[in-house]
Amino acid sequence: MAHTFKGGIHPDDKKRATSGKAIELLPAPAQVVLPMSMHIGKPCEPIVQVGDHVYLGQKIADSQAPVSSPIHASVSGTVVKIEPRPYSFGTEIMSVVIENDFRDEPDPSIHPLDIDAMTTEEIVVAIREAGIVGHGGATFPTSVKISSGLGKVDKVIINGSECEPYVTSDHRIMLEYPWEVVGGGKLLAKIFNVPEVMLGVEMNKQDAFPKLREYLPEDGTVKLYPLVTKYPQGSEKHIIKALTGREVPSGKLPADAGAAVFNTDTAAAIYRLFTTGMPVIRRIVTVSGSAVSNPKNLECRIGTLMENLIDACGGFIEPPKKLIMGGPMMGMPQYRLDIPVMKGTNGFLAFCKDECVTAEHPACIRCGKCVGSCPMNLLPTYIYQCSEKGEIADLEYYNALDCIQCGACTYVCPAKLPLMQGILVAKQRVMDARRKK
Amino acid sequence: MYDLSQLKVSNSPHIRSEDSTRQIMLDVIIGLLPALALAIFVFGPRALVVVCISVIGCVFFEWLYNRLMKKPLSIDNLSAVVTGMLLAYALPVTAPWWMILIGDFFAIVFVKCLFGGIGKNFMNPALGGRAFLVASYPTLMTTWAKARTTLPLFGSSDVVTSATALSSLKNGKIPSDISILDALLGMEGGCLGEVSALALIVGGLWLLYRRVISLRIPASFIGTVALLTLIFHKGDAGAVQWMVWQLLSGSLLLGAIFMATDYTSSPVTNRGQIIYGIGCGVLTVMIRYFGSYPEGVTYAILIMNCCVFLIEKISQPVKFGYVKPATAAKDKKEASKS
Repeated sequence: MAHTFKGGIHPDDKKRATSGKAIELLPAPAQVVLPMSMHIGKPCEPIVQVGDHVYLGQKIADSQAPVSSPIHASVSGTVVKIEPRPYSFGTEIMSVVIENDFRDEPDPSIHPLDIDAMTTEEIVVAIREAGIVGHGGATFPTSVKISSGLGKVDKVIINGSECEPYVTSDHRIMLEYPWEVVGGGKLLAKIFNVPEVMLGVEMNKQDAFPKLREYLPEDGTVKLYPLVTKYPQGSEKHIIKALTGREVPSGKLPADAGAAVFNTDTAAAIYRLFTTGMPVIRRIVTVSGSAVSNPKNLECRIGTLMENLIDACGGFIEPPKKLIMGGPMMGMPQYRLDIPVMKGTNGFLAFCKDECVTAEHPACIRCGKCVGSCPMNLLPTYIYQCSEKGEIADLEYYNALDCIQCGACTYVCPAKLPLMQGILVAKQRVMDARRKK
Repeated sequence: MYDLSQLKVSNSPHIRSEDSTRQIMLDVIIGLLPALALAIFVFGPRALVVVCISVIGCVFFEWLYNRLMKKPLSIDNLSAVVTGMLLAYALPVTAPWWMILIGDFFAIVFVKCLFGGIGKNFMNPALGGRAFLVASYPTLMTTWAKARTTLPLFGSSDVVTSATALSSLKNGKIPSDISILDALLGMEGGCLGEVSALALIVGGLWLLYRRVISLRIPASFIGTVALLTLIFHKGDAGAVQWMVWQLLSGSLLLGAIFMATDYTSSPVTNRGQIIYGIGCGVLTVMIRYFGSYPEGVTYAILIMNCCVFLIEKISQPVKFGYVKPATAAKDKKEASKS
């Protein structure tokens, strides 16, 4: 029996374009652009200077803040510029630009780690120093998740649901590097000292099940759990609900429900760190969508510009109407291609058509489809109606802040109301009002 | 370099389902067609004329209102067509054309448009129109033509009137002149669209298949009526037969499948829909048993329409991760201690 939660939607997953295509290695570009913030938390400060030579995997930026994640050179070469550059959040950010010398000389200090010889504190520090964050897109520093969950967490989950349509990067990792995912699970079991790590994978990736099973340990420290194919199955709160039956209390963290969730690629990154010592310098990006000539799964260096990825996919069939960093349900819209691949970039989509139709005169017909689809059991249409003119008390009454912005309500709405946009306004208003108090 | 001049930047989600208001209304219209076919079979072509007059009237009044009030045209969403069909279905086939138009006018202008148009009316427009006509023209609204009699296409006629199954049920008797099979097929007197139980059920299955409606409202409505009539049965033919007659006669199926499920005037919450359906069922039986009027479905639904706001208040779903305030306060205390 596949596990799931109540609510959610079943969009066409459109994964066929790339799910059968093996990961292709994109040669390292002549220049990489490394933004100082590829994670949730404080941005890093560069610790190299223009003209410095850097090794592959050498730390080039760091921050002393408790929630942050260092950044490493994804090629060897020379730092040519440290200046603000555009990135996927719509603005510019201080970035380190490295000219590739195409030698890929690894940092001599990089060496495999022996987890058995390390204390838990040392392990957390090692994961922090490797710059590992949540690679599913949320990019929360993994070391912080581990250290804040230690002692509280008894359910550790690897999230292989990848519920966003189009995106297949995690799927390909599970197919082609199953030992890395399972190996990461074994390490997490050791770190958290739990008897079992649950690997949850959606049923639309069944071809990965036998591959993963091949590497599952006999002592049961990592077990495979099928999940119903449904959006947003990969939401942290909902995969916890599906696999453990626990609900993360409103406004709290998964650790408060005794659970910790790690993305497939994050688990693989932990495995790679302990077996090779290499920090996060590359990632797998699905380039897909109706405007892309030849959709692909590309393994590329962090800091590779999107232009290079599009080039590798044969360019556009016709001028795109929409570019999206991430999946189509929660991804960020983009307006340029000179933005770099970051740690949380799992997909890059280009559409010929803007599929996002909004009614000219939206009129809610109260069909209740948004209510049925809301994974947080909210009443999206009422939050929307109160969003601009309603009282703050009404927005609190309808629990506007509990919205996880999955967009399911907006997807199903037959009247094409801009529900998500309205709810974002509502959330902002509630937060402003709370701050003023 | 790539041409990025046509890019549009807008908020997520970037994809939408193919559902639309128009498609939903179209599905409802399709769901209503089997009952129309049976009505034409039972009452002759006049049934089609009544439905056409009503549909044209509703669409015309909505168009006129939009034009006069300088509002965006809203007839292309087909909701006026649905209202027109439903109102015609709730009229006797002998209804004169001017009465149909008065009903259309009241339904569209007073019940729907004056409250803000589609999605804003708190009552089902078709039922509101019917209730208005019942109050204004009680005789015309209760003249039932006998099944399979020839009727003129327009104008009034000296019809052979027949008692409906409901009126004999009102007297506590199982109808003697028609069989259950007649009731299923619609070979009885009654409103145009409500006579054939079978056609309505087929239409309902279509709506369920298309996911336009869920089972919650129809099942709780019909189930409540079934349960109550089973417990408080009358007549001498046994409880089950009494219940079956109660379910098949009058506008119960039309009301439960097509009218109570009207999105705008029913609750949006799952639990609310069940409460609403049960309320409709209880009121229907109360009116049928104790009211002065044989049929209770219209008023039962209209009364429950008015309660939707309250029902939603008490049936708001418990949000994901809800923590009872008492436990939250306790946790806080413990946290501050440690």
